[in-house]
Amino acid sequence: MSKLLMKGNEAIALAAIKGGVDAFFGYPITPQNEIPEYLSKYLLEQNKVFVQAESEIAAINMVYGASGAGARVMTSSSSPGIALKQEGISYLCGSELPCVIVSVMRGGPGLGGIQPSQADYYQATRGGGNGDYQVLVYAPETIQETIDILKESFDIADIYRNPVMILVDGLIGQMMESVELDKPKKNRKILKKDYTTCGTDFHQGGKNVINSLFLDPVKLEAHNHHLYEKYQMIKKQETQVETIGLDDCQYVIVAYGTMARITRSAIKSLKEKGIKVGMIRPITLWPYPKKAFELIPKSCQGILCAEMSMGQMLDDVQISNKGRFPVAFFGRVGGMVPEPEEIVDAILNFDQKVVD
Amino acid sequence: MAKGIVTFEQEKCKGCNLCVEYCPKHILYQDKKEFNEAGYNIIKISNPDLCIGCAFCAIMCPDSVIKVEVVDS
Amino acid sequence: MTIKYQKTKGLTDKPLTYCPGCTHGISHKLVAEVLEELGVLGKTVGVASVGCSVYAYEFFNCDMQQAPHGRACAEATGIKRVLPNHIVFTYQGDGDLASIGIAETIHAANRGENITVIFINNAIYGMTGGQMAPTSLIGQKTTTSQEGRQASIHGNPIKISEIFSQIEGVAYLERVALYDPKHVISAKKAIKKAFEYQIAKKGFTMIEILSSCPVNWGMNPIDALKWVEKEMTKVYPLGVFKDKGDIYET
Repeated sequence: MSKLLMKGNEAIALAAIKGGVDAFFGYPITPQNEIPEYLSKYLLEQNKVFVQAESEIAAINMVYGASGAGARVMTSSSSPGIALKQEGISYLCGSELPCVIVSVMRGGPGLGGIQPSQADYYQATRGGGNGDYQVLVYAPETIQETIDILKESFDIADIYRNPVMILVDGLIGQMMESVELDKPKKNRKILKKDYTTCGTDFHQGGKNVINSLFLDPVKLEAHNHHLYEKYQMIKKQETQVETIGLDDCQYVIVAYGTMARITRSAIKSLKEKGIKVGMIRPITLWPYPKKAFELIPKSCQGILCAEMSMGQMLDDVQISNKGRFPVAFFGRVGGMVPEPEEIVDAILNFDQKVVD
Repeated sequence: MAKGIVTFEQEKCKGCNLCVEYCPKHILYQDKKEFNEAGYNIIKISNPDLCIGCAFCAIMCPDSVIKVEVVDS
Repeated sequence: MTIKYQKTKGLTDKPLTYCPGCTHGISHKLVAEVLEELGVLGKTVGVASVGCSVYAYEFFNCDMQQAPHGRACAEATGIKRVLPNHIVFTYQGDGDLASIGIAETIHAANRGENITVIFINNAIYGMTGGQMAPTSLIGQKTTTSQEGRQASIHGNPIKISEIFSQIEGVAYLERVALYDPKHVISAKKAIKKAFEYQIAKKGFTMIEILSSCPVNWGMNPIDALKWVEKEMTKVYPLGVFKDKGDIYET
């Protein structure tokens, strides 16, 4: 298969088309503008739907409408725009509607900056919308991995009737790598959608209603339990992680996305210094690969959580560690992207980085 | 001889009196002594022979409680 | 014997949850009757909004979606773009359309989305207990304007039909009222025209319906309709604000 040299955001747009997207609704925000720009051309060429909405709020609600009507739908944005979508995401989860949301993280809080960041881990995995719900969150580290996951995410969203988020940072969105767009994806069984509002003439069994309102608390509690049974299934079947060199490691670094790539270089440097360091790279941030931490050998002296944030994945690292090993933290924020040497230093000065 | 025949689904009536107000022949009234299961005083016809079958009562009824039939001439 | 009037098949059997004499019931009937008469119930998707009419998804006899507060026009856009030959309508109150949802509504109109918006203007927030709406009249006492609405601190009543008449994407726009049978019959004609324009793919259509809220206005249903007739029409004159012309032109 031939490879193309492609910018991350452009690859995301083309991967969505390969994944069978019917409609895209979005709004411009740096650093992901190439996604709506490319889709505005490619989707209309294929007689599919593209709308530049008036805001991220409008876009996520257009996603809701189109998904409810049975289409494969996607939106994309960056940190402040994803903040605006939180209401819509809660409604999508409550109404059990599939969709794909691409979030290209930038520095925050507030208007923040436009450089890469990982400071939306809480936003993605803990949700800013109301109520008990979860979004399946993927954190690819390369453009190729982003393409492969994105193509499959439409199927996954359909199977579980839930939003799926692809969480990358501005670096992945803006950099160029050689990629294959047509790698085959996993064959998954997807049932016909019988719940959509496509008109009573076009489906069986009386009118369909897409709704998240349950004023009777007995019914609302039952609905929440139903959603959580679904989330339990997702945890069992979709958790993904990559582990490297855990066998006889002295330290483990936990990192995702761009930080994981920087960590790989740091691990090489540390090996040259005679220090064996392994890595746990969560590919799904929710569900978090807690079980992978059980593979850390007793010989390990500590776990370093490395993020481009003030420490958001740190919570999940500490939970997964269960107090077995000391946990240290290394972070850069505000759009600052660390050099591998900084992570090397963090390991060499591990004790100074240990958190309570 | 009435031109129109009006029937009420009394159990669905909320006693709002819009039909009473807008009947041009003023032949509807609310019976303050009788009420339905929901507790609303129901509407009755005082003089059915005067009904002209205009269906204004049914048109104004927010709860679609009223059915109007007209005698074929 | 012929049936002159009976309950439309466009409504389900669920009893309406509105207050006695509330004109929501009349508006629902008119929309449902029009959809039944046009023979399009089987390919209609309605969008219920948030307000007293939040349960509209229970009452209309067609596929329905529930939208977050204010977002109905964005949701309707999503539905109509992927089902362009279906009939899509929203049913929204003054808080939903003119306050929190004003951006979504204006932009759907501006894009000329082929949807029909049923706008229920009763100059108050009903469901939440009678707060001031953007459409409340000057001097009108509400729970959040207890001395009466004052222009200096609350602004003036927002005239949606007038504002939207400026928008190119709007194909048909009429303000109607329901305060007597003649006006109800006229309102139904307007609603039918709006849906016919949607079927002809003319663009965005909206019918603003001056409605009553007896409970929160503190009036009985009959006096409430008289207040619509005497007071609301002074601020919100009835009439056609936009008509893109003969739907039979090619």
